Amino acid sequence: MFKNFFLGLTAIIIGLFLIIFLIIPIIQVLYVSFLDPSGNLTVSNFYDFFKSQLFRESLYNSFYVAIMSVLLSSIFAIPLAYFTTRFNFKGSVIIQVLGFIPLIMPPFVGAIAMKLLFGNNGSINLILNDWFGFKIPFMEGLNGVIFVESVHYFPFILVNLISSLNNIDRSMEESAQNLGSRGLRLFRRIILPLSMPGYIAGASLVFLKVFDDLGTPLLLNVNNMLAPQAYLRISTIGINDPMGYVICVILLAVSILSVWIAKISLGGKDYSMLQKGGAGGILKRDFLPYQKKLAYFVIFLILFLVLSPHIALTLLSFGTIWSFSPLPDDYTFGHYKTIFQNSFYIKNTLIYCLIAAFLDIVLAFLISYIVLRTKFKGRQLLDYIAMSSVAVPGLVLGVGYLKTFYSVQLPWSDKSLAFWWVMIVIVLTIRRLPYALRACSAALMQISKSLEESAESLGAKKITIFRKILIPLMTGGLLTGFITSFSTATVELSATIMLVSQQSDAPLAYAIYSYMQTPAGRGPGASFGVIGVIIVALATFATQFIIEKKFKQKKPQTNINL
Amino acid sequence: MKKFFIILFLLLLGFKTNAFANSGNLVIVTSFSKDLTEKFKTEFEKKYPSIKVEILQKGTPAGVKYIQETKSNNATDLFWVSAPDANEVLKKDSLLFKYTPKVKGIPEKIGSYPTHDKDGYYLGFAASGYGIMWNTRYLSANKIPKPKEWSDLIKPVYYNHVGMSSPSRSGTTHLTLEAILQGEGFSKGWNTMKFIAGNFKTVAATSFAVPDGVNSGDFGIGIVIDFFGLSSAASGFPVEFTYPTITAVVPANIAIIKNAPNQKNAELFVEFLLSPEGQTILLDPKISRLPVNPETYAKAPKDFPNPFKDKSIGKAVNFDVNLSEKRYSVINALFDAMITYRLNELKEAISSINKAELALAKKDNAQAKALVKEAKDLVSKLPITEAQANDPAFNVIFTKSRLDAKDNEKYAGTRQAEVEAEWDKQIVSNYTKAKEKAQQALKFL
Repeated sequence: MFKNFFLGLTAIIIGLFLIIFLIIPIIQVLYVSFLDPSGNLTVSNFYDFFKSQLFRESLYNSFYVAIMSVLLSSIFAIPLAYFTTRFNFKGSVIIQVLGFIPLIMPPFVGAIAMKLLFGNNGSINLILNDWFGFKIPFMEGLNGVIFVESVHYFPFILVNLISSLNNIDRSMEESAQNLGSRGLRLFRRIILPLSMPGYIAGASLVFLKVFDDLGTPLLLNVNNMLAPQAYLRISTIGINDPMGYVICVILLAVSILSVWIAKISLGGKDYSMLQKGGAGGILKRDFLPYQKKLAYFVIFLILFLVLSPHIALTLLSFGTIWSFSPLPDDYTFGHYKTIFQNSFYIKNTLIYCLIAAFLDIVLAFLISYIVLRTKFKGRQLLDYIAMSSVAVPGLVLGVGYLKTFYSVQLPWSDKSLAFWWVMIVIVLTIRRLPYALRACSAALMQISKSLEESAESLGAKKITIFRKILIPLMTGGLLTGFITSFSTATVELSATIMLVSQQSDAPLAYAIYSYMQTPAGRGPGASFGVIGVIIVALATFATQFIIEKKFKQKKPQTNINL
Repeated sequence: MKKFFIILFLLLLGFKTNAFANSGNLVIVTSFSKDLTEKFKTEFEKKYPSIKVEILQKGTPAGVKYIQETKSNNATDLFWVSAPDANEVLKKDSLLFKYTPKVKGIPEKIGSYPTHDKDGYYLGFAASGYGIMWNTRYLSANKIPKPKEWSDLIKPVYYNHVGMSSPSRSGTTHLTLEAILQGEGFSKGWNTMKFIAGNFKTVAATSFAVPDGVNSGDFGIGIVIDFFGLSSAASGFPVEFTYPTITAVVPANIAIIKNAPNQKNAELFVEFLLSPEGQTILLDPKISRLPVNPETYAKAPKDFPNPFKDKSIGKAVNFDVNLSEKRYSVINALFDAMITYRLNELKEAISSINKAELALAKKDNAQAKALVKEAKDLVSKLPITEAQANDPAFNVIFTKSRLDAKDNEKYAGTRQAEVEAEWDKQIVSNYTKAKEKAQQALKFL
């Protein structure tokens, strides 16, 4: 059992890594929620939470917004996913690349940009008011939050649904058709159930992200939801009410619960399909002429909606003054000049996020292998712990890192460990690990165990199996994990802002934030945002290119399953 | 593929380590914007070429947390933020270093507020006052008049056009609220504040969100600190700013952190900041802060406000700093409970009252009049009395010092969340009843 010894050691090391960099920092912050005013252990704070009308309302609002966002995201995602997989048409590539882009936008920037277009006095409403004399309250209250969140997070559903539909064994559909099933019945009985794993995976990620998201409600000034309540209470100077931390515990609990529910809602049914009969994916057919027009119309409408933050951001980055008018007063290249004088932010972001995304896929590969292929006790726990970081508010993790690592000093300089730039990389790794993990374990699930068993029986060592069988077969999943982690890490701010101790260490999102905090800094801030989007778009495109090249025949089969 | 990644990884590591070699030798944590800090950094480094200034931008609350959490091995030399109360928190935690500046000629008071901390832990370097800014395009498009005084903002014509940040988010907003409370009296002041809030479009979570909203035309009028208004106008936005008669002019501060790694350089920076040279930088149109050194105003542009000459700025209130400090947490919690978290309920009540009053102006009716008055009284109702707000024992419930809990016999075991839940219940029921009364009144008209 020598080879198992190494695997066991790896499992323990990964476990320790997660405990040190995730569990301990969280506990350092959250244990406050179990203390009474004199410092004794208590649960009375939770009693207070449920007794307060405001908190109950916030809890209800958070649930409402998260569920409605899942619905609206589905309305955006389902037509796009259906068109790309069901029909032969050129728009598919556009959808798959552009559909990913909304994720690459720091939520706080997205909300600013959306306000300029859809706000009460944004371009669209100003034009509507001028021409027709009425306004549409896109961005007001809870509905505004739902709108912005759906635009931002719907790609989670889109990406998962597309890969799920692509994974449907065509022979299933063919057999049903042979047996006389057509139209809606075919859709309802075959396609819908078979695409469920992807949809549930995406929908639960959307639910989770929206439930925990802080930036959007804060920017739209919606205060009676859980995340903003937690933030407002934690970050108020001079007040040390434990309620903020109580809310964090509740956020964490709901998030873990939703992951669990997603898991059991798929459990008990078998979604695996045996050997593929030829190419994967449902049957493709051509559009009828009128259908084509309609499809393009729907696609462009949805793409316009979901890309509107980017449109507004680009206008902002070239505009001089944009105030109470449909478009900026004038245009300039000046803002881009400013940012090229401060290009180190871009360099830092590239370094941090590439390393973090690389660590993420290494960790994700090992964790998914341990969970799916070994019989170690408590291996599922590794999965749950790694996933739970998706539910930890960034601010909590950031403060936790300061509390835990500040007093540790670096041996080669007088700086604290917490302020070593590597800690920014680690916090990014931890925050984005769930995405990579989902992609990797989905990819591993699709590889038959028999391949490894035959290799093993022929005397191959574990390391050879990894190198010659698993890694090549999982390339698609690994790259998807890499790109998802990388692109979402580039926009991370809430945790890193606590750990930046010198400007020269600061990443791009920090630069956007600090520029956007001044009246004259909007243009340069927006330009940084545009550069960030371009970097990630290029990276996504390159990954797509590699996947396509590698799988000329076979479609990439990756999805982020929960 | 794997080799490629490993090489990339190692390359990146090497790349980053190089950039790491050059670290600064004056570290400043600040909430001020780049427009201000960059200018001072450049000028200071020009004067002392051997010193490299490292500016860390954090919001005020994040900055305070940062200094508190890093005290065991402090790496920060200066804490440079607007709000005196943030410094007050650090001073109470004894994280600040006492320093007496050598620069002469700075008056003891600006308006009615002391320039420096009375114990010398933090020093004022610029004055700022709260006022009203507005977007000229927005006002003319909506055909609403320019506001001049706080009382103007109560008028129904401003319904849904005003924005402000919560005092618990911004120390200067807190001082403005205190200025109104002290200037008009506790219950009358709250009344003014609540009726202004009835016209709010939003209570912003950060102080910058207010000028930002006015600049982009999201809402028309913002209650902001002067430099936000002045610097937005200087950046070319179609906005204007004015000081109402009742306003608090308060100093923005700088403090040396205890056990600063670069104590000497920190002192040099403070002296530079207070010297005529440093004070002149404040007049830069993108910075637009009022210098504390009166001589500097000689170099100021024509319309630049001068609190030392223009006696109308900040003189109307005889500001009691001790009172403001004493009830700091309770005032903020009250504001959030009555306004921030219940803005919708408040706005509905006020809007119904406005409608009833409009109808009342056209047709007199004694019963309707009485009902409107009842409604207004319900909106004005406070969950606690002034005496209770000023009671130090009551304030302890809201402050962090858990260790003092046993000294607090009167309210032993009371939790902040309990108190707030109780307030919330009263407030919601008052606002709802007020709305109902106003609607009843409307039926008589």
